[in-house]
Amino acid sequence: MNGGAIRIEELRKSFGPTVVLQGINLAVDSHEVVCLIGASGSGKSTLLRCVNLLEPIDSGKITLLGQEITAQNIDQNLVRRQIGIVFQSFNLFPHMTVLRNVTLAPTKVLKLPRAEAEAQALALLDRFGLADKRDDYPDRLSGGQQQRVAIVRALAMQPQMMLLDEVTSALDPELVAEVLDVIGELASAGMTMVIATHEMGFARDIAHRVCFLSEGRIIEDAPPAELFTDPKDERTRRFLRRIVEAKRL
Amino acid sequence: MFTGGGARGTVISTASTVGVLAIFVLIFVLAPGARTVAHAFFYGRDMWQSFIGDPRKGYYSVGAAIWLNIRMFLAAEVLILPFALVIALIRQSTHPALFPIRVIATVYVDFFRGVPLLLVVVALGLGVPGLYLPVISHQPDAVYGVAALVITYSAYVSEVYRAGLNSVHRSQVAAARSLGLTQRTALRYVILRQAVRNIIPPLLNDFIALQKDTSLVGVLGVIEANQAASIYASTVFNYSSFTVAAILFLILTIPLARFTDRLIERDRRRRLAGVAA
Repeated sequence: MNGGAIRIEELRKSFGPTVVLQGINLAVDSHEVVCLIGASGSGKSTLLRCVNLLEPIDSGKITLLGQEITAQNIDQNLVRRQIGIVFQSFNLFPHMTVLRNVTLAPTKVLKLPRAEAEAQALALLDRFGLADKRDDYPDRLSGGQQQRVAIVRALAMQPQMMLLDEVTSALDPELVAEVLDVIGELASAGMTMVIATHEMGFARDIAHRVCFLSEGRIIEDAPPAELFTDPKDERTRRFLRRIVEAKRL
Repeated sequence: MFTGGGARGTVISTASTVGVLAIFVLIFVLAPGARTVAHAFFYGRDMWQSFIGDPRKGYYSVGAAIWLNIRMFLAAEVLILPFALVIALIRQSTHPALFPIRVIATVYVDFFRGVPLLLVVVALGLGVPGLYLPVISHQPDAVYGVAALVITYSAYVSEVYRAGLNSVHRSQVAAARSLGLTQRTALRYVILRQAVRNIIPPLLNDFIALQKDTSLVGVLGVIEANQAASIYASTVFNYSSFTVAAILFLILTIPLARFTDRLIERDRRRRLAGVAA
């Protein structure tokens, strides 16, 4: 755990009077999968958005692959290219076909020739069983398909790591598995990932480490076998008890 | 297009349309002054004469004059579209350094939405030549008219653009920026494309109004359709020329209105293609 991929130090973030993150410390290695769990409002999403520079931070330091990205004169666009982020609400571009959704950033940001970008996109779509959807518009797809396209869209930029923000929370239960399968495949391919999730069973299976967040702090940070069976902190125990009572674990 | 219920629906809607029309015609025909008004406004010979015009008798062709309206409309539209977008983007900007132009843009929009277009036409058409500036003060009157249309309509259209920009959810910006797109690229390919799609109906609505408002430039003495009709009316003492102008404006605006409907429908169908199948 040397934080070769991401190192977050004393990260603080408030929205007006609301303190969302109060001193987050987290280190993620390359090829490591870290799951963030915790109640809604505990700061998981904000943390991910800060790492992707979608939210300006109040204080602290974020280092990505050895480079401090929270420094003053950093090119945010260059940073974001290296990080793929997928949102709870998919956020596909509704006015573009699936293929165009995936090729937009490679052609406009990486300046790939269109043919090359499309070939690459089709290979990715094919890998995740979406090749036949290439010419469809997003609103014709199921939620699970849309979320898989969103993942492919992020992967098309060939990011060094992926941030997944409750990517199954907006899905009907029967569509969750197909998205989790995709993430599982990425994990086994060695993708560095930070995953905010409510799917405890999934976190237990896929994560190398699980972090429990509460009130803007990482309360507990341990391998899943340890965190789920023998939580050290009372707050973690209370949270997990509620999850078990809800039959979600 | 407006009817539902298949063949039976068509029969009912046709019958009710004919019935309503018949009532209107009847009211007009039975009015005490019907003959006088019909002669003053719908007299075939005057309609034809004002349409073709006769300079030797002192009046212009309304049919030829409408071309000036069309040209003024096209010139104004081409300028309004980008100009209004710039105003909208300035008003939407958040950078502190842009605060002064943001204030100017806001004042501009408030001012020109509040002042009647006719006054702007008169102010520019009579005021600017009086300044005796090189080039600027020596343009044909129609140019000042178009300038007035552009200035006034850009204020309205910029608000339409702004509504469109606001209609695109903020999460779309986040999605675009998270892929590494610059603000400019995200605006161009993600935000504007969706915004424009959402505002095509209100935008074309404004342009239909613009087509008609080109007639206000007539106060500068420019021979556009309405002015030509007015000259005919005051020469011959018959108002049928105005009816001709009205018909010509309708011929211009109705296709634009139907075109708008077609665009909306095509867009809707394309996005839902295959869902019903």
